[in-house]
This record gives sequence, C-alpha cells and structure tokens, in this order.
Amino acid sequence: MLPVEYYVGLSAILFTIGALGVLIRRNALVIFMSVELMLNAANLAFVAFARAYEAVSGQIFVFFVMTVAAAEVAVGLALIVTIFQNKQSIDVDQMNTMKG
Amino acid sequence: MLLSEAVAGGPQFFNLVPLVVFFPLIGLLVNLIFGGRLSEVLVGSIASLATGLAFVVAVLLVISLVGHPDGASIALADWITIGELQLRWGFQVDTLSVTMMLVVSGVGLLIHIYAIGYMHDDVRHNGDPSRYRRFFVFFNLFIVAMMILVSADSYLMLFVGWEGVGLCSYLLIGFWYDKGANGIGNALAAKKAFVTNRIGDFGFLLAAFTMFGIFRTFNFDEVFARVPEVAETFPIAILMITLFMLLGVAGKSAQIPLYVWLPDAMAGPTPVSALIHAATMVTAGVYLVARSFPLYAVVPMAQETVALIGGITALFAATIAVAQFDIKKVLAYSTISQLGFMVAAVGMGAVVAGMFHLVAHAFFKALLFLSAGSVIQGVERGEHHVEHSSKQKKSTKGSGGHFDPQDMRNMGGLRGQMKITFWVYLIGALALAGIPPLAGFWSKDEILLEASHLNPTVYYLLLAAAFFTAFYMGRQVVMIFFGRPRSDAAAHASESPLVMTVPLMILAGLSALGGLLNLPWTHTFGHFLEHTIKIEEAVQEIALGEEAAKASISFDPIVAAISVGLALVAIALAWWLYHRRYQEMLSLPPAKRPDDPLRGMLGPVFQLLENKYWIDELYWAVILNPYIAISRFLADQVDWRFWHDWFHDRVIAGGFNALTRLLSIRFDLGFIDAIANGLGSLTGKLAGRMRQFETGYVRTYALSVFLGVVIILGYLILR
Repeated sequence: MLPVEYYVGLSAILFTIGALGVLIRRNALVIFMSVELMLNAANLAFVAFARAYEAVSGQIFVFFVMTVAAAEVAVGLALIVTIFQNKQSIDVDQMNTMKG
Repeated sequence: MLLSEAVAGGPQFFNLVPLVVFFPLIGLLVNLIFGGRLSEVLVGSIASLATGLAFVVAVLLVISLVGHPDGASIALADWITIGELQLRWGFQVDTLSVTMMLVVSGVGLLIHIYAIGYMHDDVRHNGDPSRYRRFFVFFNLFIVAMMILVSADSYLMLFVGWEGVGLCSYLLIGFWYDKGANGIGNALAAKKAFVTNRIGDFGFLLAAFTMFGIFRTFNFDEVFARVPEVAETFPIAILMITLFMLLGVAGKSAQIPLYVWLPDAMAGPTPVSALIHAATMVTAGVYLVARSFPLYAVVPMAQETVALIGGITALFAATIAVAQFDIKKVLAYSTISQLGFMVAAVGMGAVVAGMFHLVAHAFFKALLFLSAGSVIQGVERGEHHVEHSSKQKKSTKGSGGHFDPQDMRNMGGLRGQMKITFWVYLIGALALAGIPPLAGFWSKDEILLEASHLNPTVYYLLLAAAFFTAFYMGRQVVMIFFGRPRSDAAAHASESPLVMTVPLMILAGLSALGGLLNLPWTHTFGHFLEHTIKIEEAVQEIALGEEAAKASISFDPIVAAISVGLALVAIALAWWLYHRRYQEMLSLPPAKRPDDPLRGMLGPVFQLLENKYWIDELYWAVILNPYIAISRFLADQVDWRFWHDWFHDRVIAGGFNALTRLLSIRFDLGFIDAIANGLGSLTGKLAGRMRQFETGYVRTYALSVFLGVVIILGYLILR
C-alpha cells in the first residue's frame, strides 16, 4: 500500500496547478476547470487521510464537496453563459468595470 | 346739576365751564365723522350750534359770576406730575376769562352763521366744494383751542391753547393752499404766519421756563401770590419773564417787530380774518398781558416797554393802512394798529380800558371784516354777471389782466346795490374811527384818557394813530361805497343773502351799543373786571403809589373832544380827497391819472407807505436772506459736501469697504477657504493613489486573496 505522503504530495501538486491556472489563465472556462482541479485535489487529500486514519468522516466530506461542486458548476456555467451573451467573450480581463 | 348747590348770592354754574371746550369739540367730531354725508347747511349749523352752546355756557358763567364775583378754579384732570411739578388741566373762572369766553363764543357764533353763507359761495368761486366741511371742522377746532387758552388756570395750559390757535391760524390762512401768487402764495402766507409766531412762542417758552425756575409753579394764583416777595429779592427775574413774554405777545398780537405775518394772513377766507385775525386770536397777547398784570405791575420798565411798543405799533400800522388798496389789507393794518392800542393800554396798567377796547374791537372789526367779505362777494357776483352777459370782451381793470375783487380801486358806488352792507360798514367804520356814541369812541377814549395821565409819550402816539385811523376808514368807505363804479363788476355788484347780512346787523347793533358796557359814569364792565384785577391793583398800589389812584378818573371832556375833533377832521379830509379830488382826477386821461389822489400830493412818502416802509424787504435783506444763505451753506457745504460726501462716503463707507475687502479676500478666501479647499484636495490626492490598487482584473483580486490565504496560513504554521 502506498504511503499517505504520496497521495498528499499529488494532491498538493494538483492544487498548485489548479491555483496557478486560476491566477494565470484568462479564459473563464479554463479558470473554472482549474477551480474544479483545486476542489478535486482537496478531495484527494480528504480520502487519502480517511484511509490512512481509517476514519469515515473524510469520505463523507468528499461527498459534500462533490455535491457543492456540482451546484457550483451549475451556477458558474450559468454566469459564464450570461457573461458571454453580454460581452461576446469569456475573457475575464475584459470584465474590468471595477477598475478605479 | 349744581342748582342744588346754589347758595346765597344766586345760582352757580362754575362746574359747567369744561363744556365751553367740549361743545365745540363735539361739534368738530360730528362734522369730521359724519359731515361728509350731510348737506352744507347742516354742517354749518352743527358747527354754529356747537359754538352757540358754548356761548350759552359762557352766559351762564356770567350769571354765576354776578352772584359769586370771585369765580372759581375747576380742576378737570391731572396732566403731568413729575417731582414737584404738578400740572393739571384746570379751568380758571373769573371775570377776565369769562369776558374772553363770551367774546370768543359770541362773536364766534355770529361769524359761524355768516360763514354758512359766505363759504357756500367761496368754495364754488375757488372751485372745490368738498372743502366746505373742512372749513367748519377747522373753525370749531379754533374755538376749542381758543377756549383752552382763555380758560387755562396755568401758563402751561394757556400755552397749549396758544399753540392750538396758532395751528388753526396756520391751517385756515392756508385754507386755499393751492391758490394765491404762483399757486403757492397762500401756503407761503400760512408758513410766514406760523414761523413768525414760533419766534414769539420761543419768547413765551423762555418766560415760562424762567417762571418755573423762580416760582416753581405755573399756576396763575400761586405765581401771583408770590410776586411781591420775589419782587423784593429778585426783581431781574420778573423783568426777564415779562420781557420774554412780551416777545410772545408781539408774535401773537402782531406787534412790532413781529407784526409782518398779519397782513399776509388775509390770504385766508374772510370769516377767518374776522374771527381769528381780528376779533379773537390776535387778542390773546392782550389777554396774556392783562392776565399777567401782577407781574408787569412790579416792573415799571417792562410796563414802559410794552406801552411804548403798543403805541409805536398803533401809529406805524395806521400810517401803512392809509396807502393800501386791498380792502382786507387796510383792515389788517387797522387791526395791528388797534391791537397796539390794547397792548399800550394793558401795558400802562389800564387793564380795564384795554379789555374794554378788546371787546369793542371784536365787535366792530369782526363787523368790518365780514362786511368786507360781503363786498368782495358782491363784486365777484358782479364780475360773474359781466362775464356771462358779454363773453367776448371781458372788462379787466386794475392789476393787469386779472380782475382783483379785493382791490378798492375796482369798487366805488356800491352804496346803491348793497344797502345793508353799506350801512353796517358805515357803523363799523365810524365805531373804529371813534365817533360818539359808538362803541369805539368809549373804549378808545378810555385808553387815551388813561394814557394822558400815565404816559404822555404813548398818549401822543395813540392820538396820532387815532387821527390816521379815522382817515383811512373814511378813505376806505368813500372808495368802496361812494362815487361812481370804477369797474363793470362793481356796477353789477349785488347784495349778499340774509344768512350773511343778519349777523352783520347784529354785530352792527353791538358795535353801536357796545359802549353801554362801560360808560364812564357807570363803569359796569370795570366793576365786573375789578374782581379779578383787585389783587393786581393792590400790587399796583405798591409799585405806582398815588399814580394808580389818579388813573381812576372816569371822563375828561378835553381828551374826548380832542380825539373826536381829530377824527372828524380826518374824515372830512378823507371825504374831500377821495370824493371831490377823485372826481376831478377822473376827468384826466387814464394814462396820466394817478390811482390815488394822495400819490400826487405825497409822492415818495406815499410810495413808502404803499410798500409798508419796505419792512418785509428789510426783513428779507437782514434776516431771511442771510439765514437762507447760512442754511444753504450748511446744507450744501457742511452737510452734503462734508458730512455726506467726505465723512459718510469717504470715511465711513470707504473705511468699511476697505475693511470688508481685507476680510473677504485675505481672511475669508485666503484662510478659511484654504482650509476647506486643502482638505478637499488632500482627500482627492489620497484617493488618486488608492485607486491604482483597483485594477479591475479578476485575476489580480484572486491573486491577492490567494496571497492573503498563504500569508495567514504561513503565519499560523510558522509561529
């Protein structure tokens, strides 16, 4: 059985990729996918620790996260569609009306 | 009523005395409030009734005084109380004041009735019938003021009436204020009368103040009671009071040097001239001296001055009257002259003679003025008649172009058309000239008699004045009523209505029989007045000694003969000059014909008299023009240039402007505004810096959130 450090390390790598994707990419869909990547990195850490400590609560958290992620996808996609309808683009840098 | 209080000595009505003031006051209020809706006759009747009721009260007072000759002093109300000064509105009822009340209300009543008819024509002739009511309101107001004057029991209350009659005189002289020379002649005459009187009033006030300073009271009885005491300790004070008072008398009673207003006062309607400027108001000065006699009696110098001024005025004015052509101006100068007689009389100490002449003069001078009014209106009616019958060519004789119905040169021969007026005028003129047995003879003779004993200088002055009086009255009567009419208007003159002629006839009766009041053998009036003047005689006894006793001589045939002889000579001279010579003159061609036979005979002297010795011009040159120049200087240079232009504009306004400029620019803009603006710009600059953080890029915000989380986590892990 692989030690838990490997899982956590993978999870950290995935999370970092996701975070960098959110910060660097300009395409809203890609950012969205990066967010999913970060969520799933967290999920991976949850289940890894759940198996290592033989506790079920970590797995239950993962279920909650997946549910919330599903809801988040629904809302997020709806927002992206609306933004595209208004701007004919999903480039987040064009959404800079908050500029001071 | 006081009938129940009547005790031995007959009924007593003294408490009714306030009504002599209040009846005319009610009359004036009624006319003032309701008069606009009443007919002219009713307005006049109300005013006459008010005066008539005052007359009735005065008669009741006389009846009371017969039984109680000492009279009474009735307090009506408190007026002013300041410290020791206690003034009340009180009424002095004694023989002197009641005599004046009787004259004022009696003659006033007749003139009121006359005015009903006279003003009816006058307001139409002058083109404003709405002033009919105003006339009677003023007339009643005058009666009110005059009654306050004569019924006062203190000098200050007397002064209230004194000013009141002055005001009414002003209002009534300027009654046709929009008429006269250049449209303001009458207003100027009114102003002249008022201002001249103010100079006199100034003297009166100084006298009153001095009196209060010495006596600490204004009340007649209290002042007179202390006169002998003060006369010993401080006679100069009494001299000052009497001489200041003389200035007031000279103003009100038109004596030298303040007489100049009275001839101009003839601008008022004729009933005004009769009531105010002949019979009553102008005699207030005489009354004042008579009332203040205890004061005058102890300072012979003041008496001397008063008598001399009266005598000089009498002669001076009488000579001017000789050369006047305006029918009312002649009477005005005659009034000044007769007032001079009265002032001289009361000044000498012959109070009874002076008051007697005052009463008689009120009768015949009112009569003369009212008859003159009747003549003027008769001529005006004639003028209307002429205008209507021949409109294409107007007869205009006299003062070029404009017909003057008061100019005696335009009259003549009125005897035929105006029979009643002629006869009453003749009676008045003869009474004034001093022909026995008319009233003027007895009163004037008494003055002359007293003067011949007390003051020979004044006697000769008065005798000369009496001569001129007879002459100018003869001249006037001849010029108006005899000869041929000198204008078409005079030829067509007509008699006045009964409402005017009946009062004339009553006054003529009084002028004829007035002498009965005080015949030298009975001295009824003298004994009546004695009750008031008895204190004064006691004082006089101290001052004059046996001279006062001599003055009570009753009749001197020589004095009477001289005065009557002079009067007859003067009348004969007037007849000869103005009847005979005038007719001869008329045969000359009009261009060379002098308008007065005396002009050719006297030459420059006549010119001098016609121009009233140029006294008006002298006053203009000596007093008025310098005064106006000083006023101009003060107004233009001092007030306008210095105070307004320099001090006000430059110093105050300029200084204020400089100060506000300093405050607004340096302080307000430079300091207060700088604080507010600095705060604003500081905030703006700060915000400009801050806004650079707000890029608007979503990823920047995400990065900052991420870094925040990293920092917090790093902190939590590493601590």
